[in-house]
Amino acid sequence: MKLHAPAAQQGGLASTPQAGREESPYGAHLFAAFLSFIEKTFTIVGLEARKLRHDPTDLLTRAVQPALWLLIFGEVFTRIRAIPTGGVRYLDFMAPGILAQSVLFIAIFSGIAIIWERDLGIIHKFLASPTPRTALVLGKALAAGVRGLAQAIIIYLLALLLGVRMNWNPLALLGVFAIVILGAACFATFSLIIACLVKTRERFMGIGQVLTMPLFFASNAIYPVAIMPGWLQVIAHSNPLSYEVDALRALMLAGGASSVGLVTDFVVMLVVTTALVLLAAKLYPRVVR
Amino acid sequence: MGTIIEVHDLVKRFGDLTAVDHVSFAVNEGEVFGLVGPNGAGKSTIIKMLTTLLPPTSGSAFVVGFDVIKQQMAVRRRIGYVPQAISADGNLTGYENLLVFAKLYDLPRAQRVSRVREALAFMGLEDAADKLVRTYSGGMIRRLEVAQAMLHQPQVLFLDEPTVGLDPVARKAVWEHLGHLRADTGMTVFLTTHYMEEADSLCDRVAIMHLGKVVAMGSPTELKATIGGPDVTLDAVFTYYTGNALESGGNYRETARTRRTARRLG
Repeated sequence: MKLHAPAAQQGGLASTPQAGREESPYGAHLFAAFLSFIEKTFTIVGLEARKLRHDPTDLLTRAVQPALWLLIFGEVFTRIRAIPTGGVRYLDFMAPGILAQSVLFIAIFSGIAIIWERDLGIIHKFLASPTPRTALVLGKALAAGVRGLAQAIIIYLLALLLGVRMNWNPLALLGVFAIVILGAACFATFSLIIACLVKTRERFMGIGQVLTMPLFFASNAIYPVAIMPGWLQVIAHSNPLSYEVDALRALMLAGGASSVGLVTDFVVMLVVTTALVLLAAKLYPRVVR
Repeated sequence: MGTIIEVHDLVKRFGDLTAVDHVSFAVNEGEVFGLVGPNGAGKSTIIKMLTTLLPPTSGSAFVVGFDVIKQQMAVRRRIGYVPQAISADGNLTGYENLLVFAKLYDLPRAQRVSRVREALAFMGLEDAADKLVRTYSGGMIRRLEVAQAMLHQPQVLFLDEPTVGLDPVARKAVWEHLGHLRADTGMTVFLTTHYMEEADSLCDRVAIMHLGKVVAMGSPTELKATIGGPDVTLDAVFTYYTGNALESGGNYRETARTRRTARRLG
């Protein structure tokens, strides 16, 4: 390179104290780089949270659908007693499934925001800043988790009103907190990947609708996997939503139990989410090209 | 005075379309350099490559001495970028928009708030700082975006069509603020525009682009001299080098975007 490297470096150091970190990312700088990554991820989360604070109406309108599911579908199916829930009242069986569903619905359409942001130009500026792509994606994913938690609070209130026997153990609540964030992050990132691939709102909405139905019904959200035909069981077992619901059922309900084990649930969700975040970070810059 | 941007034989193809066709130029430290040309001439594509948003098909480019392909993070730390479309978030206040970028550009924690306040004051936005950007006028949004891009005191400021869709008064205000900014910081400014008046009044040197190629380069005075003297306008120079190209460029998507931007800013 024949350019005036010394002058460039002087200027760079003067203007950005941490300049040079990216030139030697290993060794002493690794920890600082990690801290910076975390800080930037939470900057993105904070940004989304501030938007919610400025306009929280969305959080309330999102509460309507799960309420209807619990009140109408739940109340009817509780009387039919058609679904083998293993001795649990159907409404109790269903409540964790509806929480997972409402988190899924919020997350699966969240990717459309980046198509808006691309059209506006907001995304260009983020991509031209020294922010790791993974931090941008993870920040968006965790921000979906924040919305998911708002849903969890609403479902807990509804469940309380409907007399669902809940588990109030603080550790169990912490577990619900974690799995709701993981579930939201997982499906929000999946949504982001689709948005990066299809790039237009119309196609995105079409694909979102198509995906939501099998994701929800080919899972254990409102009936046990055991009553499905074999081929559908295979799909349900490879659906991350099933693991989210399984963990929620174990943690939310008094006397709830997991069918595959909480460790398996968390490991599956964590591995799938990590893989999706890494893939989305690769695809993210493509959205402006 | 050193060279701060170097572009060698840069090419960008999208399928069959060659958007940027073997372009080379250099920008000196501290100057205002303008790329002018009709929509679709390849100006935005060049800016996207220099700001690391788009990988070139071939050729090379260096910004502040760093390779835009191999040293992207180093480039990103040293540049500010105002995209053509709106980049400020309407659902946040002006102050919040700036604070986010103060964090993303690693400004030391202790300096963040003071730098954000300074930048807002510099762009004449301190009164509007705590209002949602949704309520800003077009000119205010642009000034906010420039403030956002200069927070970390970049060495090069990239402005893609900085005044598109603004009314003449707002345009003059943006020009004035850019003038102050340069006088105060000596920052290198790289901008694209299709307003010849803008190129004439802001730029030390301009490169005229047509169909992906640079067809003429020099100071506005030099360019005017090549076709007859100081009395000709830069518009005439432009027409001379590009033919009647003003009508030819731009596709549906670009037009839609420009109009949307214009409407939002208007």
